[in-house]
Amino acid sequence: MVPAPCKNNGTKAINPPIIKNTIMPTIIKIENLKREFIVGSETVRALKGVSYEIEKGEFVSIMGTSGSGKSTMLNILGCLDKPTSGEYYIDNIAVSKLSKDELAFVRNRKIGFVFQSYNLLPRTSSLEQVELPLLYNKNISSKERRERAIYALEQVGLQDRMGHMPNQLSGGQQQRVAIARAIVNDPVILLADEATGNLDTRTSYEIMSLFQKLHEAGKSIVFVTHEPDIAVFTSRTIMLRDGRVTKDVAVDTKSAKEALDALPPSEDYN
Amino acid sequence: MNFSNLFKIAYQAILRNKTRSLLTMLGIIIGISSVIAMVSLGQSSSQNINEQISSMGTNLIMVNRSFQRRGGVNMGNSSSQSLTVKDCELIKAKCQSVAKISPSVSTSGQLVRGASNWPGSMQGGSPDYLEIRKFEIDKGTNFTENDIKEFRKVCIIGQTVVDNLFEDGTDPIGQEIRFGNTPFKIIGVLKPKGQNQMGQDQDDIVIAPYSTVMKRLLATQYIHMIYASAVTEDACEQAVEEITEVLYASHKLKDGDEADFDVRTQAELLSMLNSVSGFLTVLLAAIASISLIVGGIGIMNIMYVTVTERTKEIGLRTAIGARSRDIMFQFLLESSMLSLVGGIIGIMFGLFLSYIISMALSWPFIISFSSVVISFIVCAATGIFFGWYPAKKAANLDPINALRYE
Repeated sequence: MVPAPCKNNGTKAINPPIIKNTIMPTIIKIENLKREFIVGSETVRALKGVSYEIEKGEFVSIMGTSGSGKSTMLNILGCLDKPTSGEYYIDNIAVSKLSKDELAFVRNRKIGFVFQSYNLLPRTSSLEQVELPLLYNKNISSKERRERAIYALEQVGLQDRMGHMPNQLSGGQQQRVAIARAIVNDPVILLADEATGNLDTRTSYEIMSLFQKLHEAGKSIVFVTHEPDIAVFTSRTIMLRDGRVTKDVAVDTKSAKEALDALPPSEDYN
Repeated sequence: MNFSNLFKIAYQAILRNKTRSLLTMLGIIIGISSVIAMVSLGQSSSQNINEQISSMGTNLIMVNRSFQRRGGVNMGNSSSQSLTVKDCELIKAKCQSVAKISPSVSTSGQLVRGASNWPGSMQGGSPDYLEIRKFEIDKGTNFTENDIKEFRKVCIIGQTVVDNLFEDGTDPIGQEIRFGNTPFKIIGVLKPKGQNQMGQDQDDIVIAPYSTVMKRLLATQYIHMIYASAVTEDACEQAVEEITEVLYASHKLKDGDEADFDVRTQAELLSMLNSVSGFLTVLLAAIASISLIVGGIGIMNIMYVTVTERTKEIGLRTAIGARSRDIMFQFLLESSMLSLVGGIIGIMFGLFLSYIISMALSWPFIISFSSVVISFIVCAATGIFFGWYPAKKAANLDPINALRYE
């Protein structure tokens, strides 16, 4: 797949194909990360010293039950929250040293978010949804913005739904618009928070199939989930429990497309 | 984040909910249109008064008996006696800047002709009275100095009196009417003048020689007023000085004594009326401004509700890369745009309203450029002021909680 045309976006080069057992640049580095919250008179330790690295081109799932600290982990990965101690490097940038405005810059250019509830703007066409991150990027002209948005929608297969409003789209389609929005600025990493949580099995597999397609094209993805059925579609799983990493293993990746085909035909056709 | 992008974000947000935007603007629309309409009408009314008074002649001078001043408006019903016919003669002789002069007395009574009658007032003056007060003869003639010397019972009437006493269409000239118990012969009819700006019917008038009125009706040696005209408009001030000097001497007043008369010019009357009307305009505009404040509060309320409602959206924008400053500007821009667009609609509506009313009252239609500009600035300021707090609240939302908001 041909990557998005980049004009002013800095030094992002064409993503190389994944070659196993080769040393790839590290895009995320977590060093002894701790995060504590003060709730009333108590201290809640959400993360108690987490360390791992993610290389470019990996498809990682972060698993855990509620209370394991995975939401906190995600917020820190997304630069929405700062650790109490420890360090987080994204694309070799030390996040703890960044000002609020610089954090916003990182969120805009380096990170693409996909949420469980899509978080699309109401009464806004798909094209405008996808253009939104580019509006906060002052280096991009409106013409280039449009081109990039169209390209991103093509990559998720929604080029025929550009003028649709969210209420005219199915759940799966809305999530795809959200994914297009996440990739439009060509980020270093995609962060997905229970991205299939609101979708039925068939649509979940469709979305995972899309994620795998993006991964094959070279995108790095971190997928937070509590469902093991979904985690098998990724290539590495980091297990969190009570704020610590209990497992960090490679996964025998299943193909989401095959899983989709293996599903019994939809009741619609009975 | 450049301005045109911010602008786009803000107006997209406003267009997303057109009904709500319109309702929010309503307060501003009503506020601005009332202010504009009030100011415009106030100026129209001023202009109208100016035109009316100017048409009465701006070199008119009125000398009144002095009395308690009540707001500077000519009251007239006083028992003070100080002006005489001799004063008039002295002024005529000594004041170079005075062109014409007429003593003035008046009294009211019932006008009767046969079976018709009409309540009227009789003005006593010299033959110059007509010219000084800008009346013109339509039919018949003016009375003469001789009529004055001989206390003749002749009179000139206005059209309203004709309409009410001569319904049968008889030519009034040469006819006899009674004023109270005294018979008068009509020797002239005036051209109609219509209503003056104070709503008085200027054609409801009867004019007779002052000597006749003083002797036969009032039995007095004193006159009520002196009407005079200056040689030119510019000579007015000079004329006032001269008259004052003559009267001071004639009334045996010394410098520093309070005068028992006062001299007023048309120009003064004009400026006094203008200042009253100007004051009223300011008052009305101030009252209308209150509705503008209410409109601003309306904007603030809606922006607060909007911020709360769009909490998730704000969280999303932050996650996508918006800085606090971008969020703040977005909401400030939204409230300012609402306010400005409401202001523009209000200005157009206010001018339209003023136009309709001016046409209905036959007043000149005036657009005050400065009030339009000021309204504009006020709108922008209102939008920013009343939108500030909600915008700040939006900018300070914690993105993590915002995204979780249900």
